[in-house]
Amino acid sequence: MVTAMLAIGILSALFGLLLGYAAIRFRVEGDPVVDQVDALLPQTQCGQCGFAGCRPYAEAIAAGEADINQCPPGGETTIQALADLLGVDVKPLNEEHGVHAEKAVAVIDENTCIGCTLCIQACPVDAILGAAKQMHTVIESECTGCALCVPPCPVDCIDMITLKIDIRDWKWPYPDTEHRPVAAASKAS
Amino acid sequence: MITLLDTPRRFPGGIRMEPNKAQSLRQPVRPARLPERLYVPLSQHIGEPAEALVAEGDSVLKGQLIARSLSYISAPIHAPTSGRVIDIGDYRVPHPSGLKAPCIVIAADGADRSAATGMDMASVLAADPAEIRRGVRDAGIVGLGGAGFPTSVKLNPGPGREVELLVINAAECEPYISCDEALMCTRPVEIIEGIRIMRHALHARQVVIGIEDNMPGAIRCLQTALAATGAADIRIIAVPSVYPAGGERQLIYALTGEEVPTQGLPIDLGIVCHNVGTADAVARALLQGEPLISRVVTVTGAGVREPANLEVRIGTPIAELIAQCGGYTEQVSRLLMGGPMMGIALPSDALPVIKTSNCILVASAEEAPQPPAARPCIRCAECTAACPAGLLPQQLYWYAHARDFDRIQDYNLFDCIECGCCAQVCPSHIPLVQYYRFAKTEIWDLERERQKSDIARQRHEFRIERLEREKRELEQRRARARKALDRPKAGDADAKKAEIAAALERVTARRAAQDAAAKNTDNLTAEQRARIAEIDRRRAAKPDDAR
Amino acid sequence: MEFPTQSSPHLPPSNDVSRLMVQVMLALIPGALCLFWFFGWGVLINLAVATATAVAAEAAALKLRGKAVLPILSDGTAVLTGLLLGLALPPLAPWWIPFIGAAFAIVVAKQLYGGLGYNPFNPAMVGYVVLIISFPLQMTLWPPPRGIDGDMLSLVDTLGLMFAQLPPADATLDAVTMATPLDNYKTQIGQNLTWSEIVSGPLFGRFAGYGWEWANLAFLAGGVWLWQQRAIHWHIPVAMLAGLFVTALLFYIADADSFASPLFHLFSGATMLGAFFIATDPVSAATTPRGRLYYGAGIGVLVYVIRTWGGYPDGVAFAVLLMNMAAPTIDYYTQPRVFGHEDSSE
Repeated sequence: MVTAMLAIGILSALFGLLLGYAAIRFRVEGDPVVDQVDALLPQTQCGQCGFAGCRPYAEAIAAGEADINQCPPGGETTIQALADLLGVDVKPLNEEHGVHAEKAVAVIDENTCIGCTLCIQACPVDAILGAAKQMHTVIESECTGCALCVPPCPVDCIDMITLKIDIRDWKWPYPDTEHRPVAAASKAS
Repeated sequence: MITLLDTPRRFPGGIRMEPNKAQSLRQPVRPARLPERLYVPLSQHIGEPAEALVAEGDSVLKGQLIARSLSYISAPIHAPTSGRVIDIGDYRVPHPSGLKAPCIVIAADGADRSAATGMDMASVLAADPAEIRRGVRDAGIVGLGGAGFPTSVKLNPGPGREVELLVINAAECEPYISCDEALMCTRPVEIIEGIRIMRHALHARQVVIGIEDNMPGAIRCLQTALAATGAADIRIIAVPSVYPAGGERQLIYALTGEEVPTQGLPIDLGIVCHNVGTADAVARALLQGEPLISRVVTVTGAGVREPANLEVRIGTPIAELIAQCGGYTEQVSRLLMGGPMMGIALPSDALPVIKTSNCILVASAEEAPQPPAARPCIRCAECTAACPAGLLPQQLYWYAHARDFDRIQDYNLFDCIECGCCAQVCPSHIPLVQYYRFAKTEIWDLERERQKSDIARQRHEFRIERLEREKRELEQRRARARKALDRPKAGDADAKKAEIAAALERVTARRAAQDAAAKNTDNLTAEQRARIAEIDRRRAAKPDDAR
Repeated sequence: MEFPTQSSPHLPPSNDVSRLMVQVMLALIPGALCLFWFFGWGVLINLAVATATAVAAEAAALKLRGKAVLPILSDGTAVLTGLLLGLALPPLAPWWIPFIGAAFAIVVAKQLYGGLGYNPFNPAMVGYVVLIISFPLQMTLWPPPRGIDGDMLSLVDTLGLMFAQLPPADATLDAVTMATPLDNYKTQIGQNLTWSEIVSGPLFGRFAGYGWEWANLAFLAGGVWLWQQRAIHWHIPVAMLAGLFVTALLFYIADADSFASPLFHLFSGATMLGAFFIATDPVSAATTPRGRLYYGAGIGVLVYVIRTWGGYPDGVAFAVLLMNMAAPTIDYYTQPRVFGHEDSSE
């Protein structure tokens, strides 16, 4: 009886020491979770998740205060990636925060713009060029499509235009294993 | 040191296929009739699209430059015939997406006027390689084997690099395609001249023409031409006709036993590979002054009445070619551009022929049937046995199917040449090549998205910093302003009075000091003394407020 | 003129799963006929019951999973599983032996994992192993081969025995069954007879078990035809037979009295059936060429070990299942070199 207790006790002490040593000697300095989560978010900075930008949302996710399915611009892809990273189940997008829309960019109607700079102050990535009483314009390549500039405009001159797929950005679709042809043949010339 | 092997090596995998080329080789290459309209896309090559130089309504001559290249990896476009530009806009082009792209539409005037001038062979061979490259570039020549890489770039080995071997790819390995074979039998001398020009531009030590062993006629024509032009040092080596022997890496391995390193190019081994049709185009451009405005296209398949090889102007609608080959038969089922293994199915015959169109395969339902529904993968590894790149198509399939884009790259997805051998032998009829194409474009798209979101994050963080900085500066300014207004604000009424009284005292004391101080009265005359006494009496009588 | 579009390649397919299954079934015919000749109607009854159960089980499982039944059944893999299991079972076992075996093989070992292509273990062998562990007595009911002991049982007698447990009119169950050569070898070696004494017994033919040597030759012929038709590759059968032969040879050379001859091992039991038809099941085997050699050799060695020192007379089923477990690891470490890479890729 005593020998058994002693044996188990010594073994556990031994393994405990081994584990402790390994925990210190082979420690891996990884990214804090917040940075990893932030790297997966689309950086639209739109606020649809309920937080003031992607970084605060990432911090909330890491702290367990927010769910992973609150980001409409990220859509399914982002939810899947977050689920993989955090080891949780995939959930469908929470529609309360919005729906996944096609990528769009803001365009200012230059005939109507009055140069009030309200949209410049609203843009989270400073993608609008302009100054007080000067013409404002959106730098298309920097616009993330967050639409935060649309409400503040007093003359409602900003439109969100969906981007057309260019032949150079076109992607092959996921294969259709039922092999249905895309369009039925017609012999009409 | 690259040595050419006398007996070509067998590359791994590959499949033997029925050539199906005889039906289109019954006659030599004949020119196609000029169509009424030509649709010339601005992007028919790898790299940046060209920029249009003409406008709607302009008249153009055959061979005139109508779009210029904007960057190094790009190629200019020339008018295929004389006529008038009637539109520059988006039209459907032969691309798997079925999308439209910018095209210049030319209405041919039928006169086919050109202003072509060329040099003679001797001057070309004496010219500087840079000049030759410029001539090739200005002629808009791209690889005619199907990929469309700008040829002038591949004629530039780069600083400090020697070209040991120039491989001319005449191994037309895909079934049905016979344009190169027909070209070799029709214009062998021009091909040899083009090869010699390329060799000079590259200063290549050796030259070899790699050709499949099932083209004895073409081999004979080339040998005769070689003997006639005295270019005895150009070797012709026949490789076994196994698909895809015409793949660049596979051909180089067969001829030399060397493997092009993964993620690398043949130039890393000192080898450059050009298609035999490209050599012909180079000769025509430099010796006859004709830019790339036409090419040989095979029109074949059970769906067309008289298969043939035609010399076609770029931009000719495919329907025209089929009409010139006897029209459709009743068995027509599919329209493919390219071969049956790697070609793309076209949605319409109104699309134009472009620089990289080597074959129009009008297929019957027997030749290109509706693929059966896919079954699950049974892990038979026939795909692994067939892959000419030594990959594990099975593993690539599992990861593409699961959309795991990280693991799939561990299995060298980007080494896949999309030859289709794996999909062809799969007993479960899984569309393997579709999965790999999907994975590749998805990965590229993710990369682009990641870059964009990184930039957006940087801009956002900078903006937050900027706002904070502005806030800080505002605070500082306010703090300074507040301090400047500090003194008048401090203290109350009594303190003020005390300050005023103190100020008065200071003034009185000063005045008193002035009075008590010596007034310079020692050497006064009697008159001055009497006057001073008078003033003093008067002062004493006046009240104080007179001071 | 407009056309429908599809993705390349655009040629008629050169291969098909159902065609593959048909070729394998054709290759089984010589061996099956041989077994029928030597062991009677029970062989055919087993085949019928096992195949019917397999197909029915697969149909039921697919229905429950909500999949299209007929297109998937038409690939022929359930039929093949039933046939292989039926050939492996003792011909006089009661009808519920092939029934339970086939049902378990299809439902648990195949459909529960996801159906064709997803099972890590060979379904027929899983069914066989479940039976031999759960019903060891029934799994020893082999009749004596033709020519050894009186007349063969008639069809009616066989049906009576298998479906109603009625022994034939003038005999008991014990009288109509006999140990197999492998079983005989195991018991007698345990009783310290030498190999040469064992082999002179009535159960043994020219170079292996009587009747069994012909069956194995027939399966070998079928297997070679299958290879020539390119339905299977040479790696697994050659590696398995080589592994078995070499191991047996080494021990036989060391001590010819205590160990069976290599030729006996090659042509007894389920060796040839296993080498060409069971171990070559692509779904559960290793997939890389080098990996297949290790996989086959592993099976061969394990068969010898189990036959000589293990608790069961024939070790093919267990050997195959054990190597099925190792197959993914074997694949991972034997990846071929990618064209253009210097060494074996990850």
